[in-house]
Amino acid sequence: MDNDAVTTNGSIAEDALTSLHPNHVKLLRIQAALIAIPFVITSLVLEGTDLVPPGLIFGPVALIALLAIVRVPLRRHHARGYVMGADLLRVVRGILFRSDSVVPFGRVQHIDVNQGPLERYYGLATLTLYTAGTHNASVHLPGLEQGLARAMREEIRAHIRQETL
Amino acid sequence: MSEANQETPASAVASVPVTARHGAAMPAGHRRTNPLSFAVNGVSQLARMAVPLAIGAVTIFDKGEMGKLLLIIPMVVAVLGVNFFIAWLRWLRLTYVAGASDIRVESGILSRAARSVPYERIQDVSLEQKLIPRLFGLVELRFETGAGGKDELKLAYLSREEGEALRRLVRARRTGEAVADAGGEATNATTDDAGDADEQAQLLFAMDRRRLTTFGFFEFSLAVFAVLGGAAQYAETFMGIEAWDPDLWQQVFALQEQWILGLGPMAQVFAVIAALVVLAFTGSATGMVRTYLRDWGFRLERTSRGFRRRRGLLTRTDVVMPLHRVQAVNISTGIVRGRFGWKSLAFVSLAQDSGSSNHVVAPFAKNEELEPIIRIAGFAPPAEGLDWHRTSTRYRFDSIALKSGAWLLAAIPVAIFAPAPFVLIPLVLAVGSAAANFYAWRFRRHALDGSQIVSVRGLLAPSVQIAQRVKLQSVEIAQGPIARRRRYATLHLGLAGGTFTIRGIALERARELKDAVLASIAERDFSALT
Repeated sequence: MDNDAVTTNGSIAEDALTSLHPNHVKLLRIQAALIAIPFVITSLVLEGTDLVPPGLIFGPVALIALLAIVRVPLRRHHARGYVMGADLLRVVRGILFRSDSVVPFGRVQHIDVNQGPLERYYGLATLTLYTAGTHNASVHLPGLEQGLARAMREEIRAHIRQETL
Repeated sequence: MSEANQETPASAVASVPVTARHGAAMPAGHRRTNPLSFAVNGVSQLARMAVPLAIGAVTIFDKGEMGKLLLIIPMVVAVLGVNFFIAWLRWLRLTYVAGASDIRVESGILSRAARSVPYERIQDVSLEQKLIPRLFGLVELRFETGAGGKDELKLAYLSREEGEALRRLVRARRTGEAVADAGGEATNATTDDAGDADEQAQLLFAMDRRRLTTFGFFEFSLAVFAVLGGAAQYAETFMGIEAWDPDLWQQVFALQEQWILGLGPMAQVFAVIAALVVLAFTGSATGMVRTYLRDWGFRLERTSRGFRRRRGLLTRTDVVMPLHRVQAVNISTGIVRGRFGWKSLAFVSLAQDSGSSNHVVAPFAKNEELEPIIRIAGFAPPAEGLDWHRTSTRYRFDSIALKSGAWLLAAIPVAIFAPAPFVLIPLVLAVGSAAANFYAWRFRRHALDGSQIVSVRGLLAPSVQIAQRVKLQSVEIAQGPIARRRRYATLHLGLAGGTFTIRGIALERARELKDAVLASIAERDFSALT
C-alpha cells in the first residue's frame, strides 16, 4: 500500500458525506405508510364504535402517521450518507442513534447487491459488504441508484483482487 | 477397516479398496466413515435412553405390573431397532472425498446435501474424542472454516489413524498453498517432511495435579443443585414422587420435628453451620470434579503448526491454533482468584473452539507464566509507559446519573407504600452504585501502543483485552441521543471471532482511535493475514 491511502483515511472531513438517491425518500415514505396504515384503520374502527369522544383516538394517530410518513423519512434520509474513499467505504446513519462505520476494502470478504420489489420500482439497490468480524459482519448501504451500486461493487471487488495478488 | 488404517494420506485422495466393497451408489473416490460409527451412534442413543428405561423398569417391578412387560419389551426393542437402522442408513448415505482442491461430504437419507469446502478456507482441523467413540477407538473430525457453529463441516466417526491422516493431508495442502502464496507465513515455513511435527514441540504450559486442585477450589460451583433439581423432576415424572408437593415435605418434617425441637438453640446454630459447611463442601467438590474432568492433563505446546492444546479426562480434545490466526488475547481473572494472582489467558481466533467462544490456552496461571505465551502469539503484554486514556467524565456522570436515578425512582413508590425504614434500601443502593461506578471509572482505560490496541476494565476482577490493529475488520463509532449531545461515543471494532468495544470515550478520542486503526489496516490485506 502506498502512503496516499493513509492520508485519505486521516483527512476525511466529517461533513463530506455523499447523500443517497432522492428516490430513497419515497421508498422510506412507502415503507412508513405500509406500517402506519393498519394503525390508522384500527383507529378508524375504534372511532366507529362511539366508545370515546370523536377524534380522541383518530386525531393523534393520524397526526403521528402523518409525521411518520412525511417528516421522519426526510430526516432519516438526510441523516444517512456514505463516503467512497480510495480504499474504504464509510457508512453513516441514524437520527437518534447515530452510527458511523468504516469498512476498509482490504477486509471485505464478499459483496451483495440486493433489490427488493419496491427498490426495483424506484431503480434503487442496497449494497452490502461482509467482513470476517463478529461485529459489523455485514454493513448495509441502502438507497443507491442501481447502476451506481453495481459500479461500486465492481470497484470494491477489483480492489480486493488487486490487493490479494 | 484394516486397509483404511494403513493408507497413507496420498492414497486417501483416490482410494479404491473400501469403496469397491460397498459398491453401488457411491461415486468413485468417495469413502464412508468408519463402519463402527453407526454402532457408536446407536450405543450413544442407548446410553441416553438408559436412565428412563431403568426408572421405567423400577416402576413396573414396584407396582408388580409384570403383565405390561410383555407389551413394553417388544416396544423398546422396536425403538432400538429403528434407531440402529436409521443410524446405519445415515452411515450408508454419508460419503466423503478428499479431492485435489477441496473436501466434499455428501449426506442425507431422503434429502441430499452436498458440501464442498476448499482447503484454503479450512482454518484448522480438530480431533475430538467423546467417551463412547473413544471406547471404540474412533474420533470426530471438525473442519473449522470461520463460518462458525453449525455451518462447520464435521466427520463422525473415523478411526484415529484415518482422522490423523486426513488432518495431515489438509494441513499439507494448506501449507503447500501458503508457501505458493509467497511469503505471508514465515512462521509456517517448516513443513513437516517427517510426517509428524510433534517431536520438536515445546511445552509452554501444563497443569500438574496440585495446580489442578488449587484451580478446582476456585471453581466453586453450586451447579450440582441444579442437576439434583433436574433429577428430582425426572423422579417426579417417572416414579410419581412429587418433589414440589408440600404434603410430602410436611410428612418428612413431622417425623423429624420432635427431634429438631429437642435439640435446643445451640444445636440449631450448629445445624445451620453444618448446613453451610455441607454447602461449601458440595460446591468445592463440584468445582473440583468439573475442573478435573475438563482440564485433566492440560498441555499447551508450541509446534511448527502453532499452538497445540490437549485437555480433558473423559472427553479428550486436541486443538491446534496456528499462530497467525490469533486475532486478540484476553486475560481475565475472578474476584477471589485475582487476589492470589491467578489469571486465565484465552485467544480470540478465527476458528472457534467447540462450544466455547474462545480458546482458553492457560486457564489458571501466574503473570510470569502468561507473558511468554502472549509474546509467542505475537502480542505484547501492556508496557509500563503506555498513554492510557479513560472514558469521558461526561459519560461517567451520565451513566452514574442513569443507574442511580433508577434506584431513586424506585425509592418513590417504596416511600409511599412501604413502612418508613424501607425507603433507606433504594437510597443506600443508589449511593452505593454511584460510589462503585465512580471508583470503577479509574480502572476502565484503553491505550494504543506500537501495533496494538489495549482495553482494561473491571474493578474487582480486571480483564485485559489486547488486539492487533492490523487484524481488525472494521471500525464503527456509535452514539445514542444523550451521547450525541454530550459528545462522547462507543467505539466498536470488528474482530474476527469476537468483539472489541470501548464505551463512553470522548468523540475526539474515538476519531483518533478510528484513524489509528484504519491507518494500520491499510497496511495489509486480509488475505495476507490468514
